[in-house]
Amino acid sequence: MNILVCIKQVPDTKDVRLDPETNTLARSGVESIMNPFDRHALEEGVRLREEHGGRVTALSMGPPQAEEVLREAISCGADDGVLVSDRAFAGADTWATSYTLARTIETIEAENGEKFHLVLCGKQAIDGDTAQVGPGVAGRLNLPYVTCVQKIRQSTDSSLQVERMMDDGYDVVALPLPALLTVVKDINEPRVPSLKGKMRARKADIRVMSAADVQADSACIGLAGSPTRVVDVFAPQPRGERTIFAGTLEEQVEQLVERLESYL
Amino acid sequence: MLIVDVEKCIGCGVCEETCAFGAITVEDGLAVVGDGCTLCGSCVDNCEVEALHIEDDGRIARVDKDEWSGIWVYAEWRGGEVAPVSYELLGIGSRLAEQRGVELSAVLMGADLGDLPESLIAAGADVVYEIDDPALAPFREDVYGAVLEDLIRTHRPEVVLAGATAMGRSVIPQVATSLGAGLTADCTGLEIRRQDGALLQTRPAFGGNIMATIECPDSRPQMATVRPRVMKALEPDAERSGRRIAVKPQVELLRSRVEVLESVMGEEEQVNIHEADILVAGGRGLEDEKGFELIRELAAELGGAVSASRAAVDAGWISYPHQVGQTGKTVCPKLYIACGISGAVQHAVGMQSSETIVAINRDRQAPIFDIATYGLVGDLFEVIPLLIKKIRERRGQ
Amino acid sequence: MDYFLSEEQQMIVDIARQITDEKIIPVRAELDEKNEFATSIMQDIAKADLFGLFVPEEYGGFGGGCFEIALALEQLARGCVGVATSYAASALGIFPVLFSGSKEMKEKYLPDIATGSRWAAFGLTEAGAGSDAGGIKTTAVLDGDEWVLNGTKQWITNGGESQIYTIVALTDPTKGARGASIFVVEDGDPGFSYGKKEDKMGIRSSATRELILKDCRIPADRIVGRKGTGFITVMKTLDVSRPGIASLGLGLGQAALDEAVPYAKQRIQFGKPIISFQAVQHMLADMAMQLEAARALVYAAAKHIDAHPKKMSKASSMCKVFATDMAMKVTTDAVQVLGGYGYMKEYPVEKMMRDAKILQIYEGTNQIQRNVIGQELNKEYS
Repeated sequence: MNILVCIKQVPDTKDVRLDPETNTLARSGVESIMNPFDRHALEEGVRLREEHGGRVTALSMGPPQAEEVLREAISCGADDGVLVSDRAFAGADTWATSYTLARTIETIEAENGEKFHLVLCGKQAIDGDTAQVGPGVAGRLNLPYVTCVQKIRQSTDSSLQVERMMDDGYDVVALPLPALLTVVKDINEPRVPSLKGKMRARKADIRVMSAADVQADSACIGLAGSPTRVVDVFAPQPRGERTIFAGTLEEQVEQLVERLESYL
Repeated sequence: MLIVDVEKCIGCGVCEETCAFGAITVEDGLAVVGDGCTLCGSCVDNCEVEALHIEDDGRIARVDKDEWSGIWVYAEWRGGEVAPVSYELLGIGSRLAEQRGVELSAVLMGADLGDLPESLIAAGADVVYEIDDPALAPFREDVYGAVLEDLIRTHRPEVVLAGATAMGRSVIPQVATSLGAGLTADCTGLEIRRQDGALLQTRPAFGGNIMATIECPDSRPQMATVRPRVMKALEPDAERSGRRIAVKPQVELLRSRVEVLESVMGEEEQVNIHEADILVAGGRGLEDEKGFELIRELAAELGGAVSASRAAVDAGWISYPHQVGQTGKTVCPKLYIACGISGAVQHAVGMQSSETIVAINRDRQAPIFDIATYGLVGDLFEVIPLLIKKIRERRGQ
Repeated sequence: MDYFLSEEQQMIVDIARQITDEKIIPVRAELDEKNEFATSIMQDIAKADLFGLFVPEEYGGFGGGCFEIALALEQLARGCVGVATSYAASALGIFPVLFSGSKEMKEKYLPDIATGSRWAAFGLTEAGAGSDAGGIKTTAVLDGDEWVLNGTKQWITNGGESQIYTIVALTDPTKGARGASIFVVEDGDPGFSYGKKEDKMGIRSSATRELILKDCRIPADRIVGRKGTGFITVMKTLDVSRPGIASLGLGLGQAALDEAVPYAKQRIQFGKPIISFQAVQHMLADMAMQLEAARALVYAAAKHIDAHPKKMSKASSMCKVFATDMAMKVTTDAVQVLGGYGYMKEYPVEKMMRDAKILQIYEGTNQIQRNVIGQELNKEYS
């Protein structure tokens, strides 16, 4: 089973802090990490390969520095990594991103002479939080797709049976391959890198493809190719009146109950 | 393109500090624009020597915007019911339609819809496109997407709104991609810009650390998803009148490669945390699964539901449907009591618009106290039992 | 301080640290409370290729030595000494095969050890033979083409969890220490069973059980090396594994210091953080100094042993005593710094203090180690 996993390098948003005085993000010391949802996608891809044989290719669109997460993917079991990187991609929104990724996947498939059986994505990236790229890529590649997969129940070379997480429970869905899935964290516990994996990652040749290499239409990439545009950036509104109680515990709870009178 | 005027630039670094995306840095005394620039313009506004400006890229107009008109709401149907978020969208949709001087339409697709469209009209829709077909009974991304896309291409609405639910987040991005339309996810604010009637979409980014306002300058429709409980539905008005238009989609659109074998409902309490007026939430401070017994007791006493931070869900103390936050649900109850929750931004972004927030945490420095209306610094294992006792006493009176 | 690790050594540290942060720390309190063996974490360690660190490349391992094991153990011990002990004990258990086994025997067991699909355990200690290892009573008698083992081993780490056991038994009781040999007994061998699981003060995620050999029959080729050379192999096994145990002390000390300093910075008493009081500062300074000194000694001893010197007992014993005494002191002081909170189970330091004690006892008590050092000094200066 030949599998492609889409991976994004993101800032570790739990460490990003907004300075309320200057209205800016304090970014220094914030690490760049593999998007947590993508780790789960990668793990699932590696497990499927362990079960069925084949290859797992990790793909990322990003600046040259994103090579780090591709090496990390290899250390966690991916067979190879591809970075599609070009100044022209800068400022891409999810539409332009899904275009670029789809073009890259099609280019690789043309070279291989066959399609990937499965494209795996994490549900969302923790910096953009849109969850739009996965379905977008599926649409462009004309692949049947399921989002928020929490479990792959059955898999063969030509079909899958999965559990799709819904707001009120889950659906059991069957679909043919080739297909695309976006996964949620419940699907597995990702492995840590192995020593052999890290050594392989260190020596690995990460293929870098440019906009020209994937024959990208310049009207569809980067800022120019993005139908959405950021108009303004500002700090979230601080809340109004705030009170921290004082006194003995008993007194504090009394005060709280008094304030909550209308809810009782 | 963001252009640096090298003559004017003094390398002071204000732009570098202002940039939320780390996309402009000072190197060798001059500002240099990096890859992450989104043309938001913050640095341009802040540059004290006016050394920065944004030049038009010569974007190609994708559509003739004049041909697109109307505000649409995708009304989500599942299991014989319309999702509450759809009514909330009709609420904000009404306002947008009024500002644009156009009709508000709802799209409802499913099976055996009966008179459900009437409830959409009562909630503000002037028109309901109803697509009633057995093929639409199970939720399948490709069929729902194909039908919606076809409708949009036919009728050319200017704006399409949908709920940022499991279904919405699955279908809408694919439809938007296919239409070449800009889509903004999880909007917390929607308004019409007076100068040109464009839809301004505001949403949190960077895990909720900042807010961004987005527009779609030259693509249509302008699409946005909104989380449940962010917008307010209108008071339903049974007297309102509207048109129901039955749509029979072409057979090819109803063909699917995906098959839904079964739907399994969640085992936990029936109450969807979105619906609750009062939520009692537990986090890492509960220390283990048993800690949730206290939370449940307090919730029961208040007639509320139980929710949790990601830490508690990841630890396996409670299931994922209860999770509130960036990677969980956004809730907006009247009362949110956060117990043993630090209040990191990733959780805050999911509950900060609650009417009243109460924080109970042992750590005075916990960020939750920055957003709580009422804060109690103490051990929740002591506070909660005491709180329950006092509430009961007060009720007894 | 920078110890100038090679790229690969740094990889080992990074992987072990990631396992500690992602897999061990979230569950360590629960494992301790429930006295539960960390099977899934052992599997994570296996998947990360860490079991093969010291196995020669020809058998599927990384071909590293004492130092590499020490690096991994230090990071794992930062998470939980119980988990780290389980991993270390498997290495200890297979060392006899590594040092004295025939090629066939190595081919039979080392590949599985390298992949972590099977674990080992070392069976030396008995009820009447702790520090006095020579006092063992377990016997092995050749009967046709089988060895028959009889006896009971006590307090065996990984007992009941591992599949491969290296058992030290007397093949000639009249010869005393020179009459001992080592045998490989496998889980499932007839006459081999386990006693109850011990309920311990610390390292509770490590499983400790009796091994009961009652007319346990094993094929003749299960003897490790030549008959009668048992204790020579035992001595070498212990010498090489001591830096690993010492390393557990390093990880534990570091974990304790990592709790104590941040606590001291944020705990306000008398209007100031307690770290601004000299009494506390001096404690922390001593803890940090002892930890760093222990680290330097352990690393040096491990590298010394990896150079295959003629004599390694003194270095090996020194680093074990120093690092484990340090760990006991540092964890105790950490509890002291955290004060009342340190005594409560909701903070991790009380477990660390309980875990530290065993380090001074097993693998040769620190008193025995001092004997060894004393004897070596005596020999050196004559």
